[in-house]
Amino acid sequence: MQALLGQLLIGLINGSFYALLSLGLAIIFGLLRVINFAHGAQYMLGAFFAWLLLSHFGLGYWPALVVAPIAVGLVGAVIERTMLRRLYTLDPLYGLLFTFGLALTIEGTFRYLYGASGQPYATPAALAGGTNLGFMFLPIYRGWVIVFSLVVCIGTWLVIEKTKLGSYLRAATENPVLVQSFGINVPFLLTLTYALGAALAALAGVLAAPIYQVSPLMGSNIIIVVFAVVVVGGMGSIMGAIVTGYLLGVAEGLTKVFYPEASNIVIFVIMAIVLLIRPAGLFGRDA
Amino acid sequence: MTLTLDIEKPKEKSPVVAQTVFLGLGLALLILAPLFFYPVFLMKLLCFALFACAFNLLLGYTGLLSFGHAAFFGGAAYFTAHAVKEWGLPPELGILVGVAGAAFLGLIVGYLAIRRQGIYFAMITLALAQMFYFFCLQAEFTKGEDGIQSVPRGHLFGFIDLSQSTNMYYFVLGVFVIGVAIIWRIIHSPFGMILKSIRENETRAVSLGYSVRNYKLAAFVMSAALTGLAGGVKALVFQFATLTDVGWQMSGEVILMTLLGGIGTLIGPLFGAGLVVTLQNYLATSEFPVTIITGLVFMVCVLVFRRGIVGEFYHSRLGRKLGFEHRQ
Repeated sequence: MQALLGQLLIGLINGSFYALLSLGLAIIFGLLRVINFAHGAQYMLGAFFAWLLLSHFGLGYWPALVVAPIAVGLVGAVIERTMLRRLYTLDPLYGLLFTFGLALTIEGTFRYLYGASGQPYATPAALAGGTNLGFMFLPIYRGWVIVFSLVVCIGTWLVIEKTKLGSYLRAATENPVLVQSFGINVPFLLTLTYALGAALAALAGVLAAPIYQVSPLMGSNIIIVVFAVVVVGGMGSIMGAIVTGYLLGVAEGLTKVFYPEASNIVIFVIMAIVLLIRPAGLFGRDA
Repeated sequence: MTLTLDIEKPKEKSPVVAQTVFLGLGLALLILAPLFFYPVFLMKLLCFALFACAFNLLLGYTGLLSFGHAAFFGGAAYFTAHAVKEWGLPPELGILVGVAGAAFLGLIVGYLAIRRQGIYFAMITLALAQMFYFFCLQAEFTKGEDGIQSVPRGHLFGFIDLSQSTNMYYFVLGVFVIGVAIIWRIIHSPFGMILKSIRENETRAVSLGYSVRNYKLAAFVMSAALTGLAGGVKALVFQFATLTDVGWQMSGEVILMTLLGGIGTLIGPLFGAGLVVTLQNYLATSEFPVTIITGLVFMVCVLVFRRGIVGEFYHSRLGRKLGFEHRQ
């Protein structure tokens, strides 16, 4: 029972990261029609910025939680403005290839500068320690990650579904030309969207820093799993991306209890099954 | 989904002479190459060139971007290495085992992946290949992190000693030429024409009554089998099979080779592979990580050099004069 709950918790934590990352991917894909392969690299950048802020400027976890996503978002905005923008008229596959190259470059650079091994990042003092829930021991930081990521996911969903900016975004997803003809600055929306997606990835990275080690390779390990999550969920719906992220994280955690050998591949297996039964994905619209 | 590609036009009255001269020159160069270059380097180059050509059959001629071809390349390397080392099969049968294994993997991956199109297709192939990577990491016969070491090259047809590097080189060259000839035959057959029509306009191909799914799956399996041919030979050249060959980085590398050389050109991938392998050899001794350069080349190619080297040549005035007509 203890093991089950423990793995369930780990599953929920992994699920939080899957949800945050697939949410960002879905938002970017919705508007830009680009699969952002650099999403993993941006997640890694977030964690690394947090680590650099701490080791070079003495800025702790809380400032990093704000500064790192903004910094990565700005970098994303520059990349979108200068390079990614040129690819919108081409086949979407070129966007995937470009961001793949971007991811390789970023990861290679950080590997060159900081080595392949991980750097530890201390849990912030306010969230250190744990609490006994009676049936299990919960490290406070892990609880915080689950709650905070849930808040961010729902918040993002609310922004997109309920605000004016969100309605512009959704409208531009449906028909960018028409939206532009109403006098809305669609190119700016595109930049903003890419920056937002990158910032979400970086935020996930900062959250991950105290749990996993901060390493240049942390992004490429997770991004392929997130791709599978996105295929399972279908990118048609923001909520679908979030729910699928948590579900698959939990499924992975449960597999660790019952059949640990398969825990690495269970998400891919689920993806294969979903493709056989419902090729468009659980929440997909593009059959 | 249509990629903007340049290909040789189906030649009706193209000046065959110039092309034959080029072909002859190229072959002569490859035959004489071991006099000037280190044979293992050349063999590596030819294996990757065949890999990239096989990959290009799918991307360039069918318009499907597979991000999981490393599974077939590395998978075949494992199968061949295992067959030759543990079962004691001769090299030619060992390679056939690799090809058959890769084709079978291709059938499974292809069957699942063609259920979605475009960008999803790429992500699914990537995810399934990663699954195969984890399988290889945990399976018994792949020997985990060590890989299958010291694979004997054996005697081809029982009497040609492949441990001699000259013999091995001409064997690899022979396999390469056969592989490329098969690809040439495929893309110039009625079957290949249908593949191109799927690339150009899938909906129309469907409306003309072609069962696009079957054609895509057939192309996928053929590409996987030819990739397996390259992977199996590579296992014999280097005498080992490791996880490097099944990792996603390898899938990225072959895309880069094809993109750099020219998507949808028959010999472009050969040039792309040549450049990438040379670059890797050059940087292997330095501290500088290859991935930075690879990534930058990727970005530059996608932004400003989408035709690739051979594509640009076909597009140039000289190329057009020589009859390598292209289509925008």
